[in-house]
Amino acid sequence: MSRLTTRFNDLARTHRKALIPFITAGDPDPEFTVPMMHAMVNAGVDIIELGVPFSDPMADGPVIQRASERALEHKTSLRHVLDMVAKFRRQDSTTPVVLMGYLNPIECMGYDAFAEAAGSAGVDGALTVDMPPEEAGALAPMLENAGVYPIFLLAPNSTDQRIQTIGAMGKGYLYYVSLKGVTGASHLDVSSVERKLRQIRRFTDLPIAVGFGVKDAETAAMIAGLADAVVVGSALINIIEKNLDRRETIESEIITLLESMRSHMDASVSA
Amino acid sequence: MTAHAEPLDKPYDLPDDHGHFGPYGGIFVAETLMLPLQELNEAYHRYMQDSEFLAELDADLRHYVGRPSPVYHAQRWSRELGGARIYLKREDLNHTGAHKVNNTVGQALLAQRMGKTRIIAETGAGQHGVATATVAARMGLECVVYMGAEDIKRQALNVYRMKLLGAEVVSVEAGSKTLKDALNEALRDWVTNVDDTFYIIGTVAGPHPYPAMVRDFQTVIGREAREQMLEMTGKLPDALVACVGGGSNAIGLFYPFIEDRSVRMVGVEAAGDGIETGRHSAPLCAGRPGVLHGNRTYLMEDEDGEIIETHSISAGLDYPGVGPEHAWLKDEGRAEYVSITDREALEGFHALTRLEGIIPALESSHALAYAMKLAPTMRADQTLLINLSGRGDKDMHTVADIEGIQL
Repeated sequence: MSRLTTRFNDLARTHRKALIPFITAGDPDPEFTVPMMHAMVNAGVDIIELGVPFSDPMADGPVIQRASERALEHKTSLRHVLDMVAKFRRQDSTTPVVLMGYLNPIECMGYDAFAEAAGSAGVDGALTVDMPPEEAGALAPMLENAGVYPIFLLAPNSTDQRIQTIGAMGKGYLYYVSLKGVTGASHLDVSSVERKLRQIRRFTDLPIAVGFGVKDAETAAMIAGLADAVVVGSALINIIEKNLDRRETIESEIITLLESMRSHMDASVSA
Repeated sequence: MTAHAEPLDKPYDLPDDHGHFGPYGGIFVAETLMLPLQELNEAYHRYMQDSEFLAELDADLRHYVGRPSPVYHAQRWSRELGGARIYLKREDLNHTGAHKVNNTVGQALLAQRMGKTRIIAETGAGQHGVATATVAARMGLECVVYMGAEDIKRQALNVYRMKLLGAEVVSVEAGSKTLKDALNEALRDWVTNVDDTFYIIGTVAGPHPYPAMVRDFQTVIGREAREQMLEMTGKLPDALVACVGGGSNAIGLFYPFIEDRSVRMVGVEAAGDGIETGRHSAPLCAGRPGVLHGNRTYLMEDEDGEIIETHSISAGLDYPGVGPEHAWLKDEGRAEYVSITDREALEGFHALTRLEGIIPALESSHALAYAMKLAPTMRADQTLLINLSGRGDKDMHTVADIEGIQL
């Protein structure tokens, strides 16, 4: 069974919600990433989303754009990111890892080559931001054959019909973008998220992760009360960016934030 | 990805319903933009068959833009070069000085019909930004133009024009700080403000329906030119030449001739310092297919699929992608794509200025420079039609700089 399915089943059994951190691979440098992934697992995260750097991240806000730029200064390519996942897998065979990025590096590597390499590196899911289901007809089956779940986005303006289509194509979980905007925006509206999740659940049984705009433990706890998983990205990358000169504090600050999110989420769900 | 070559023996009807030109084009965007693109596609299809809309567009093109633009027989230059008779489609005589306004007039009318109150645009050289700010001013719409910080430096005059017209010009500091980054930023704005905002893309790139819609607004160039050439010379031209950045002026000229198999179509990309130096903007000549800005097309990328910086003397051609229809026309062999260096483009610029008294834009100068190579290989009874896509006023500082002259 896929690590993602196992993980969501275990969480459901223990009435907990998934905490999913997002970091950009290779930011601030390639040596940082794998140790940070292990440290985040120790802090209690359930799934890791690893950003694949791209030169033109059109769905990302300035914080993740700069993370991509820092990673690309170190030439962190898709192949390097797959190597990092393989390295992570040597010590952790249970935590699901999902790659999140843009289509062009995959087009450049070749669909079949990417699917095979991702599967053998131990990647569990691939969220390709600029590949909606309409354009996923070639890549999605190749990924599935390689044991990598294609993960799709839902948005505040996704219609019933699109939710149905996307729910039928997606595997593992669906990623609900909580607001119209780019990553790192600051105006997540909990009541509109609640309404939309009700609509989405009418059409799919897949777990739903909510991301974009989750900045602190309080918001994470509120979202955990509504969704199956909470994604936090820009808030973590902000910590990296603020501490570029004090590398030793990056890990401890990220861990502190994630631990606080974890405890708030668990408290809110059991309350 | 390679196209399955299929000869053009049936009526040309691309793109398909999902915006595909063979393997190219399509809709490669994040989910939040899917619905706005669908709404735009529906509005565009509806109004392109609405006689009232078309009449208003036609009246605007006539009375505001100044169409039809003339075709001019460049007799002195033709004699100098020897060979084919050279004709120029004078898009430089349009209001705002380039072909860009044909498209912004059309999209602004569409924005108005869709009830949008805010216009955004990306711009490289600033011509599309000016053409957008112009129509926004006329219609009383709020206008925000995204422009790379590097381009703002080299196109100060156009930045000032946009501000005079009431637009806000936002300097984009991300990435290479040029047109591609301005496009990223405009897409980010659109995804954030989709409810009241209309994004006027300036070229035949972006997600469907933009490549088809911008083409349709620009085909007025080719439709007029086809009639004008028939009237002036009694036959179709033997060859068409146009510069290609994103490719809107070229597709506007080519499209009405696609089924006229006798007409050779040549798109001219910017070779910058030379294709062999890597410092150029010629994805069709030296790039590979990939996905950027919502469509699949030829791109300039490194071995990992990261988009690389481009170079051209002309900011309007300085773009790492190209319209997907050009990618298809190239693979089909229906159009040829060649490249012209900065240095050659300057020769074209000076030739037209001195021999015909017309100062061309540096973008258009690429087409002129290729015509200087092509015309002498053709017979005197043959004709060559160049799209003179814009005037050169905006480039005075660039040219003077290169020649060491302080203005």
